Amino acid sequence: MTFVNTRPYGSGVHELSIAMSLVEAASEEARRHGDVRVEALHLRIGVLAGVVREALAFSFELAAEGTPVAGARLIIEEVPVTVACPTCQAERALASPQEFRCPVCGTATGHVVAGRELVLTALELEDHDSANR
Amino acid sequence: MTPRIVEVRRDLLRKNDLLAHQLRSRFAAAGVTVVNLVSGPGAGKTALLEATLAALHPGRRVAALVGDLATDNDARRLGRSGAPVRQITTGTVCHLDAEMVAAALDDWDLGALDLLFIENVGNLVCPASFDLGESLRVVLFSVTEGEDKPLKYPTIFNGADLAVLTKLDLAEAVEFDRAAAYRNVQAVRPGLEIVEVSAKRGTGLDGWLARFSARISA
Repeated sequence: MTFVNTRPYGSGVHELSIAMSLVEAASEEARRHGDVRVEALHLRIGVLAGVVREALAFSFELAAEGTPVAGARLIIEEVPVTVACPTCQAERALASPQEFRCPVCGTATGHVVAGRELVLTALELEDHDSANR
Repeated sequence: MTPRIVEVRRDLLRKNDLLAHQLRSRFAAAGVTVVNLVSGPGAGKTALLEATLAALHPGRRVAALVGDLATDNDARRLGRSGAPVRQITTGTVCHLDAEMVAAALDDWDLGALDLLFIENVGNLVCPASFDLGESLRVVLFSVTEGEDKPLKYPTIFNGADLAVLTKLDLAEAVEFDRAAAYRNVQAVRPGLEIVEVSAKRGTGLDGWLARFSARISA
């Protein structure tokens, strides 16, 4: 089967607004650490954050143009959905967001404790000190 | 040259979440219940809202805010009820966010309302990430869309407080598998209540309107 014209995102471009927030936040942080080149951005994105990583990467490239984070790589850590199981009294990671059920005992639970985050966690900056050494 | 790693913690939806929080406080202070309707295009948000406004206005203090990409068709349809209706034209933006809602409500006397419906842009992906300060998020899906919609869009179903199954009058014609649809909703959001309606025939509307009866003063 051949798929033609498969776009990197589904039915929308909300990743562009998120990419713009990302560029804004990362540029601010970069300036605070001296105007050094940003080589990479580390993100934690929950499976339930509603963000398609390819769409975010594509949008980021556009949004970053002409900013301190232009050309930086995105290093994305995907955060699985974690639910609280009322039977086991424990937090359990789900294998899939299509089955909200404790993977150990099978109890259905909608109590999400992680998996919705959308966070910039770290920047990789070009090191001025070592560059000058 | 080794890169230096600087740890930061920046929530990328913070700006929207803060604005949504402010809106929520404003709605609470005004005593208005705000309902955010989300669904794919053509699931019947406008039809349900038309029937809802027709049933509630002018007896109840109800209004609608409608997001649409390009046209004002929905706002005009809803305006026929006589209830106050405002439109947000989002252009190319595929969802409503808290900033758009705040701007649209700027000079609206919320104290004069008990119930405000926000019809989001028809899209099962993007609106899921944006809190509008609503009291209740309702996801609609129609019998014609297929029973597996919840499995394909778990994020939006998971974030909903209530599901409405629409176009019930077409269920037989499309051989709708009700049990499968319910199973799929429960798989992605255990405990989510489902209300079944046909806005066209008026079926199930009482059950839907009953959700708000406690919050509507006569």
